[in-house]
Amino acid sequence: MTSFEFRREFFADERQGQLNEIGKPTIRQDILGHVTGRSPYYDDHLFDGLLHMRCVRSPHHHARIVSVDFSEAARMEGVRRVVGPDDVPKNLNTLLSLIGFGKEDEPLLTPSKVAYRGEPILAIVAESERQARAAVQAVRVEWEELPHVLDVEEALKPNAPVVNATYPGNTFEYYDKYDHQKLRFGDVEQGFAKADQIVEGSYRMSPIEQAPMETCGAIAVPETNDRIACYTSTQALFFSLATTAKLLDMSSARLHFVGGTVGGGFGGKVDSIVEPMSVLGALLTGAPVKFMWDREEEMQVGAPRGAELWKIKDGIDSRGRIVARSFTGYFDSGAYTRLSSYAVVKATGHLPGPYSIPNVASNVFCVFTNRTPATAMRGFGITGVDFAIECQMDRGARATNMNPIDFRILNAYRDGDMKAHRRLAKNTALIECCQVVADKARWIIGSQSRTQSSLRGGGGEKAHVPATVIDEEGRIGDRRRSDVPTAPHSAGGRKRRLPEGSLRGEDVVAAPPQNPDMLGDAPASDPAASPENGRTLARPRFGPPAEVQVDRPRPRRPQARERPAIPAAPARPSTRRPLRRRTSVSRHVSGFRRR
Amino acid sequence: MALHRGRGFACVNYPIGMNLGGDPSQALVHSTPDGKFMVTLSSIDLGQGMKSVTRQIAAETLGVPVSDVYVDTADSDTGPHCMGSFASRGTHRVGNAVIRAATEARTQMLQAAAEELEVDAADLETDGEGGIRVRGAPQRTISVADVAVAAQFKQGRTLSGRGIFLVPPSEVDPETGEMSPVTCFAHAAMAVEVEVDDETGMVRVIEINSAYEVGRALNPKLVEQQLVGGAWMGLSHALYETTEPYYPDRDHLPVDFNTYLMPGPGDVAPHNIAVLERPAEDAPFGGKGPGEMCANPVLPAVANAVFDAVGVRCDDLPITPEKILRGLRANGS
Amino acid sequence: MAKTPIAFSLNGMERSMFVDPGQNLLDALRRGVGDLSPKYGCAQGTCGTCSVLVDGKLQLACITLAEAVAGSSVTTTAGLADGSELHPLQRSFMDNFAAQCGYCTPGMLMAAKALLDRNPSPQRQDVVEAISGNLCRCTGYEPIIDAILKAAAFMRTRGRP
Repeated sequence: MTSFEFRREFFADERQGQLNEIGKPTIRQDILGHVTGRSPYYDDHLFDGLLHMRCVRSPHHHARIVSVDFSEAARMEGVRRVVGPDDVPKNLNTLLSLIGFGKEDEPLLTPSKVAYRGEPILAIVAESERQARAAVQAVRVEWEELPHVLDVEEALKPNAPVVNATYPGNTFEYYDKYDHQKLRFGDVEQGFAKADQIVEGSYRMSPIEQAPMETCGAIAVPETNDRIACYTSTQALFFSLATTAKLLDMSSARLHFVGGTVGGGFGGKVDSIVEPMSVLGALLTGAPVKFMWDREEEMQVGAPRGAELWKIKDGIDSRGRIVARSFTGYFDSGAYTRLSSYAVVKATGHLPGPYSIPNVASNVFCVFTNRTPATAMRGFGITGVDFAIECQMDRGARATNMNPIDFRILNAYRDGDMKAHRRLAKNTALIECCQVVADKARWIIGSQSRTQSSLRGGGGEKAHVPATVIDEEGRIGDRRRSDVPTAPHSAGGRKRRLPEGSLRGEDVVAAPPQNPDMLGDAPASDPAASPENGRTLARPRFGPPAEVQVDRPRPRRPQARERPAIPAAPARPSTRRPLRRRTSVSRHVSGFRRR
Repeated sequence: MALHRGRGFACVNYPIGMNLGGDPSQALVHSTPDGKFMVTLSSIDLGQGMKSVTRQIAAETLGVPVSDVYVDTADSDTGPHCMGSFASRGTHRVGNAVIRAATEARTQMLQAAAEELEVDAADLETDGEGGIRVRGAPQRTISVADVAVAAQFKQGRTLSGRGIFLVPPSEVDPETGEMSPVTCFAHAAMAVEVEVDDETGMVRVIEINSAYEVGRALNPKLVEQQLVGGAWMGLSHALYETTEPYYPDRDHLPVDFNTYLMPGPGDVAPHNIAVLERPAEDAPFGGKGPGEMCANPVLPAVANAVFDAVGVRCDDLPITPEKILRGLRANGS
Repeated sequence: MAKTPIAFSLNGMERSMFVDPGQNLLDALRRGVGDLSPKYGCAQGTCGTCSVLVDGKLQLACITLAEAVAGSSVTTTAGLADGSELHPLQRSFMDNFAAQCGYCTPGMLMAAKALLDRNPSPQRQDVVEAISGNLCRCTGYEPIIDAILKAAAFMRTRGRP
């Protein structure tokens, strides 16, 4: 029922080279293991004396722990160890601390106040899973329930319960300045004023479980030489290893992580919880310990793709061009940050979708609520807003009485257009995808649309960074003091105008190979191919054909068409430095810690 | 009761690699004594085909058959650092690291071969079948196996390589959101045809037509796997899945696959896929990661098709029969 | 707790072991015998990753009491190949890219074998129904259905069981 074809007539002149192995439908390296049941997933390692870990979890959305009595549980048959918050050497973390983004806000085992149903406060290690489950049931916890908030807009109100003490405003804090991530490009208010019609929509992405067939888990095993081996389902081996070393305050050299064969992930195996938990269990018991989520935990305690709420306002002119678009977006982060703070930045860089719109503004919030923390899932930061944008495009097409494909092609971004995040578009192919689908679905589009190309019609006026209205609305803490509207430019504060062409940085290209031997051969005309030390000794002429000398920026082919040249990436990328902030807010920024 | 047909359209682009960069991946390549190559990574194969695509990339770069290359993933004692398998970064970041490592190993291999053949290494080429020959003099050849033996046992030379690929971190302007998110984007467009039952609110997907631009399909079958499976997941997100059916209320939470719904093998719709290839300049052999973006166009395309069919805008996912029936009632039908 | 001795045949080999009261067959196979081919997916009988054949009948090992297979013949994916020669279903799954992460694959193969054992000439709908208790999160099912149909066709022409 599925058909699959290549449409090689598109961009044919951009693909060169005779390739030997690339492009072949070679069968998977791991397939024999899969069909014989021998692929070694983390749980396919057997250890004598394996112990099992289960967690005591909060039954409440938001509650203070008054007392915990595990004396009965500790005496039960098979129970080897009760693990509590005091057993975690550094019991506060935020996942993205590994790249220096955000404040520590989440304990591994929560000592005093829980902020979502299912939050772990204790763990039991027992000789069998059944014994561990029974002991969990025997732990007596006295709770004092607290008011909770589950709705992202409610959470931003001044009197909302504080979900996460690290962020008392119930939002992640961006650059030590704002309670949201801003995007400002042009002047949306002026754009709306000039538009022939305004189209508005509001869209919700549901929380979704990654649902890999293999649930999250890890087995930690004391090894020789005072090390702990950890067999894990992680999607990011060193991320989990480093998180474990940090939380347990131990040298990463004592950790040996083994994984790489994983029964599906889809984003749900990045959070690095099962690894530190199982390693802690192994350290405390001296025995192999497995910590695995059952399916119910995977669905309700394992972090989902978070819910999102997007409000979009478009101004459209009489020809069907979108002249202004604004967004107010809310990512429901749940009780802790995990990765939602970064999803907000990624979504912001994605706005306004694959369209060239001269005036764009957005405020996007990472909001804390009393629900299971959200994390990554396939399409992280993008899936929800793409749903919103493309439903909004359908509204726009109907409002303008246009065929929805024509409407998109008319507004599509093309090579050389300035995007709202202030970098030029290149290597675009949206128009061609639209044309091919129209063709396949026998969906009749206008003759104008059929002749458009991503290679033509971009740039020119559209290559400029417009004069841009900026504001300082939504400073951290403002919303605790009074109800502040969330939409861009809506709070009535002081506005400033950045002049046309304002840019603070330039495009980033890959760091060059550190050693000429990694570079292979290259045509002499390619300046980037010359090693920086100017060495000219004969190097073997080999390697992937010119097209695939991908580590270096290729000089652009001369273009006959009239459009602004896309700035070629610098010949020596190593001389470039990432954009540095000039002002006092520089400290935190994306805050990549350089070590 | 009536069945209503409708069609919906959506198109998207998708950023390749971790947003703002700063996400390195490394690779090591070395040869066995008889000239087979081991690629050592700490990258994870979640089913997307990391082991397989990096194997083909290594083989292509080395100039040897894919059967002479084996990829070992994810042992922190042997595999060099990789940020992880997420953000559609595997093919782009790890693939590039493997190219660099394999290129360095190839350089050693050709220099060792040059010594054996007493020619300039610059005059050598690989035949992709395990042999190395002098360009323009095809009778002067040596096998990779013999080169490896000579390199190790005669010349005292390793045939090995290291590679790292990093898009340096970009920062974000707090006032304007100016940033360099990624270096390339994949693209997709999709038309979905549905049939909606106005009595039950059930949606049946009749047909999907799609076009995906993936840079270069490094292995067309692996790309097809992603696109077919990804569209299924998109359909599942659009019509079935949620961990909180009455969000933001936390009631009726699914805890098993009887209550967390996904389409089964009987709910699969015919899907006609076209692949376009516009290589990205900094991607390995031009290939962009197709793994994440493939699900995205399905959600809005289905929603737009439902509106086309019955005039109900389901702006809250998932599009359940309940929401459609409530929408029909609100519309007065 | 008193353990119960049981003996059964696993992939043609006689096995005997002690099982706990209430121990499920999945646990007994994986940890008791060391056959790791059936996988844990839910322990609720809803995903099919632990599917095995008990006396030729498809069963979910996670909700089958280990005691219940005493005297029975159990087949798992580990026993599907004939020595080093793969079963046509395995070959077909390989050639037709019917697995991605591979975690559901052993269960799918068991469901497919149960189908082909009783119906060597299935229609597409028969295959759909046969695997409808087995979830896959990666493939979208299409390649799996195709692989099973192709294996069936191959087995009809080659006459292999």
